[in-house]
Amino acid sequence: MDGELLRDPTRRLVLQTGAALGGGLMLSFSLSGEGRAAGDGKLSAYVRIAPNGAVTIVSKVPEVGQGIKTSLPMVIAEELDVDWSAVSVEQAIADTKVFGRQVAGGSMATTLEYDGLRRVGATGRALLIAAASARWGVAADNCVTEPGFVLHAASGRRLAYGELAQEAAGLTPPDPKTLTLKDPKAFRIIGQSHKSRDLEAITTGQPLYGIDVRVPGMLYATFAKAPTFGAKVASVDLSPARAVAGVKDAFVVEGGTALSGLLPGVAVVADSWWAAHKARMTLDIKWAEHPTAAQSSAGFAAKAAELAKAPPHRTLRADGDVDAALKGAAKVVSASYAYPFIAHANLEPQNCTASVKDGKVEIWAPTQNPEPGRALVARTLNVPPEAVTIHLVRCGGGFGRRLINDYMVEAAFLSQKVGAPVQLLWTREDDIQHDFYRPGAWHHFTAGLDAQGGLTAWRDHFVSFGEGEQFASSAGMNATQFPCRAVDNYKIDVSVMPLGAPTGPLRAPGNNAFGFVIQSFTDEVALAARQDPVAFRRTLLGEPRLLGEAGQGDSFHTGRMRGVLDLVAEKSGWGRKLPKGTGLGVACHYSHLGYVAVVMEVSVKKGALKIHKVWAAADVGSQIINPKGAEQQVQGSILDAISSTLYQQITFESGATVQSGFADHPLLRMADAPPVEVHFKISYNRPTGLGEPAYPPAPAALCNAIFAATGKRIRSLPIGDQLA
Amino acid sequence: MAFTLTINGETRSADVAGDTPLLWVLREALGLVGTKFGCGAAQCGACTVHLDGVPVRACITPVQRVGTKAVTTIEGVGQTAVGARVQEAWKAIDVPQCGYCQAGQIMSASALLTAKPKPTDADIDAAMNGNLCRCATYIRIRAAIKAASGQEA
Repeated sequence: MDGELLRDPTRRLVLQTGAALGGGLMLSFSLSGEGRAAGDGKLSAYVRIAPNGAVTIVSKVPEVGQGIKTSLPMVIAEELDVDWSAVSVEQAIADTKVFGRQVAGGSMATTLEYDGLRRVGATGRALLIAAASARWGVAADNCVTEPGFVLHAASGRRLAYGELAQEAAGLTPPDPKTLTLKDPKAFRIIGQSHKSRDLEAITTGQPLYGIDVRVPGMLYATFAKAPTFGAKVASVDLSPARAVAGVKDAFVVEGGTALSGLLPGVAVVADSWWAAHKARMTLDIKWAEHPTAAQSSAGFAAKAAELAKAPPHRTLRADGDVDAALKGAAKVVSASYAYPFIAHANLEPQNCTASVKDGKVEIWAPTQNPEPGRALVARTLNVPPEAVTIHLVRCGGGFGRRLINDYMVEAAFLSQKVGAPVQLLWTREDDIQHDFYRPGAWHHFTAGLDAQGGLTAWRDHFVSFGEGEQFASSAGMNATQFPCRAVDNYKIDVSVMPLGAPTGPLRAPGNNAFGFVIQSFTDEVALAARQDPVAFRRTLLGEPRLLGEAGQGDSFHTGRMRGVLDLVAEKSGWGRKLPKGTGLGVACHYSHLGYVAVVMEVSVKKGALKIHKVWAAADVGSQIINPKGAEQQVQGSILDAISSTLYQQITFESGATVQSGFADHPLLRMADAPPVEVHFKISYNRPTGLGEPAYPPAPAALCNAIFAATGKRIRSLPIGDQLA
Repeated sequence: MAFTLTINGETRSADVAGDTPLLWVLREALGLVGTKFGCGAAQCGACTVHLDGVPVRACITPVQRVGTKAVTTIEGVGQTAVGARVQEAWKAIDVPQCGYCQAGQIMSASALLTAKPKPTDADIDAAMNGNLCRCATYIRIRAAIKAASGQEA
């Protein structure tokens, strides 16, 4: 039996056992590649049980700090019915044929995997019961489990999972759709707080991350790219670099034109990273002229102002008749908002280790999204995708930056070129200057109110980046942002200008900025309507109902938002009397299927802002899998948002990024981090992800609190010295 | 050239250029990868180690300046009573998210608690402000330092 691969042609499930997989027994409930059954493609994970009862659960999704390496295995362990303390977790290799989607992005892992991974666990439990019932000659229905054991109540017999796993692995798994899952009330693991599975290694400095990878014969590399994105090398004298002790090679990389692929540059490969870095610093690279060399933030701002005055290029959505409604309004409110480009600034600079040998490519990558990386590497190195193996290592931060695999193809290319394993490591300057930035944009709002202060019209002229109908990456807008469908007359107009800088998703892409502008302007409208900001939002949300079509990502449930708004108002003591110079601000926003409301209490004294406390309420469905982990994600998202709102902006001059590190693109520090009190509102909806949705409401909650404290309305980020 | 260093109580030697920052000597020449690279400019604190118990940024400390000072890294800080207590508190409170900065945080916190066994919030702010956490685990870092010093959060 060991090592055999069994296929059940009717259910197309693959069951693997064996020594080949590490000595333990493997129950692998994966779908075979071409024979995938429609509708249950998410059913794919590994459970291994050793004869001594040790359970190994493979975690399929990359770990970037979102805690998925703990929470998803908890889901399997729950339905498998084992002691969490008996479980060790292994990070999966990148293999969509076995694991399906392996992406740390869009806060989608919980949403997409929760049900399927419960069934993976339940399938294992059913097999173990089948093995026990066969051995005892009793009906499976008369057997039950308790953590790690199958029991036959009538005879009082019990067998440990470790004693059954060998037999169980040889049995045909039941159709996962037929399995009965646990009643959530009986959960022992899900809903309890469990610590990070890598906690011991993290706190004692054991190797875990991309830059910790060591491969025999490995060389270290640096790669210098043009400050103007995509410019070619015009000329360079490589001899000073080659003269540095330890340097093995220095060479020009021709590269391509796609900003997310292998770009032109100069590589240095050495026997230590410091030698490669020192050598790189000796280079005087002349970069070729490039069409985007004149672009600048000042130029973008001037163009945006022109576009704002001109008729919009197109309309994304128009409900009712906004122009007529504004004409008939008792009061019209207008305001313009802006936000800058920002960088991800993962603390672990981009890096990747690659070994290209005999037409095979082996990669150790801190990536959130390995499959596009595999395709990019295969295309660039001219090898078949099957020749590329990608090991997933713990990422020192994701935030969306590692959805793009530019550093992966660079490492693979350099290894192919020098014929040895290579670890490419960027400097902090490389990281800030060659990010895929959260794009900046401008919003010009007009709202109409009736005599009772009710919202009758909402218009936003969104000025962003792109060409024609095409937005630059992550520079678009979904036209169904609330109050869409809650107000009769609603219009989103768009104008765009071209951009020659790399952009991409950053934590709660789009929404991280829409939350700021929409929820700040909503405060202005509430003020114009002479209403309390929470009361105005309650009225606007109205009766609990679904706006849009059920099951669509852009549908919005007013009752769920009302639930978190009411909860955060209660917990923060909304409406209480505050000393002069102190204020409370509120905001609520829906994104990534999560509803989050935030209140902040701030004071401003002599221009110095202090955030005293933050309250957050989130509705992400019926089940919080790992409560302490969930709390961390909400706290981290909100502090991340405070960090960008206070300090961060990327600007361009002469086609290049001006900022280069933490001095000019600061991160929040200890002394400025307020306490964040987190509350969850449980609702009867499927559990959804938490890596992102708490970010979008935070910037507006902060700016609305500043207004409440000072009367100063922040309409452009970062706040910087605007309070001085 | 060859440098002889005392690291976590052991004598180690490394044949590297004298201007090589201690960070890279630890990570590449000596295989101690727990100390992390974040910026190379002493702006983030990810590379914090102790020289004779004093926290320094290894990314800007050339190996030729270390001399006979005892180097303590995240791999060895648990050998001290304070370091072990800090690591235990970090685990009890489950501080990390991505975890990349935490070696540096633990080194700074251990140095703080060695100098001030019962730090105030202001002491914590001052001692920890040089250590960035991109995931912003600051709330739990503060709680862990309080716990390790036997104070209520």
